[in-house]
Amino acid sequence: MAQRVVLHYFNGRGKMESIRWLLTVAEVEFDEKFLDTREEYEKLVNDGVLMFQQVPMVEIDGMKLIQTKAILHYIAEKYNLHGKDLKDRVMINMYSEGLMDLMEMIMILPFLPDPKPKLDEIQSKANERYLPVYEKVALTGPVYLVGGKLSLADVLLVECTLMLEEKFPAILKDFPNVKSFQGRMIQIPAINRFLQPGSKRKPPPGENYAKTAIEVFRIKLPTQ
Amino acid sequence: MAQRVVLHYFNGRGKMESIRWLLTVAEVEFDEKFLDTREEYEKLVNDGVLMFQQVPMVEIDGMKLIQTKAILHYIAEKYNLHGKDLKDRVMINMYSEGLMDLMEMIMILPFLPDPKPKLDEIQSKANERYLPVYEKALTGPVYLVGGKLSLADVLLVECTLMLEEKFPAILKDFPNVKSFQGRMIQIPAINRFLQPGSKRKPPPGENYAKTAIENRRINSHEF
Repeated sequence: MAQRVVLHYFNGRGKMESIRWLLTVAEVEFDEKFLDTREEYEKLVNDGVLMFQQVPMVEIDGMKLIQTKAILHYIAEKYNLHGKDLKDRVMINMYSEGLMDLMEMIMILPFLPDPKPKLDEIQSKANERYLPVYEKVALTGPVYLVGGKLSLADVLLVECTLMLEEKFPAILKDFPNVKSFQGRMIQIPAINRFLQPGSKRKPPPGENYAKTAIEVFRIKLPTQ
Repeated sequence: MAQRVVLHYFNGRGKMESIRWLLTVAEVEFDEKFLDTREEYEKLVNDGVLMFQQVPMVEIDGMKLIQTKAILHYIAEKYNLHGKDLKDRVMINMYSEGLMDLMEMIMILPFLPDPKPKLDEIQSKANERYLPVYEKALTGPVYLVGGKLSLADVLLVECTLMLEEKFPAILKDFPNVKSFQGRMIQIPAINRFLQPGSKRKPPPGENYAKTAIENRRINSHEF
């Protein structure tokens, strides 16, 4: 039996959530070791298992992978979610990087003393910079973003649009193709199960989220 | 004759410099269109050629690529600098992402009112978090991954040279990395890149931050 995949992170979305999504869509089971305290994180560092002393870290295929994008690309390539050739791959990567930039803005919200300016920025960038790309260029016709098959970019687009709707419930009203895409994707059985209660999907950040992350990782708050 | 590769960015290092390095090592010639004014940047945006209204943008093989990492991976894969298999590739990517994180810290310095705290942070992270990893990886091997030149090696040369511009003696406790750097700069394409008159951009000068902020109205945190 293959070794279990194990995720090391704290018990929240953060940078690990996209990895959880991708493993789920690839139908790869995984376990999670949550870092609830500073001591648990320091133990990992002292054990020398974090290449740059950072998490996310994913144990998979005998390796301890770090760096979110490196991990996502590994899983995507292994499970055929990374395009059939170089040209598909670069399209998938460009779409994915844009979505990850947008999700990173959302990720930072719980750490800001005043989230309103950032919320406004997210909404306007989503409406003006990102969603139009996926609406017009990618989904006018095709079922998936790239190459006629499911890829990392599709997974991140579902994740991102659901996150956006948690903040701005009507944000997809001017983007019907994206909304239809989302509707199709959430019918995929693995995704459907992931969206049910009791799955490994993590909830939106609650009151303790920032507090735990700051304590465990000694994050300095951004000054903006 | 193949189309020329064209880089669209301002006339400075920023996020485009790693791409210039990689193209150089891959021995791919390129032209550059510098965005010297806000108007030039806005024209690109209005022409609809920037997927997310951002640069770097690289015209290559009939495409207009954006997002630094997507561009680097495309070039690396096309020119066989991205490992022979999935396991090599993930090692290359992990090493590369670490170096890019470190270089991003250096990139942000010209935009900070007081760079001293960030300089201290860069020095301690380089010494404690990053350089030890590459020092160990290069105990024996000539290249970082798989016995052949890759994206990770290119970024390590670039990064160590940038670090030495700020901290001249920073590699004194990392002899393997220093030897690696010495080997790499003897590669003819790299050697030429380090000569005056090459497309390598100088370290940020006085006007660097001013131009970047004016052209793209970036806030320092957007970097």
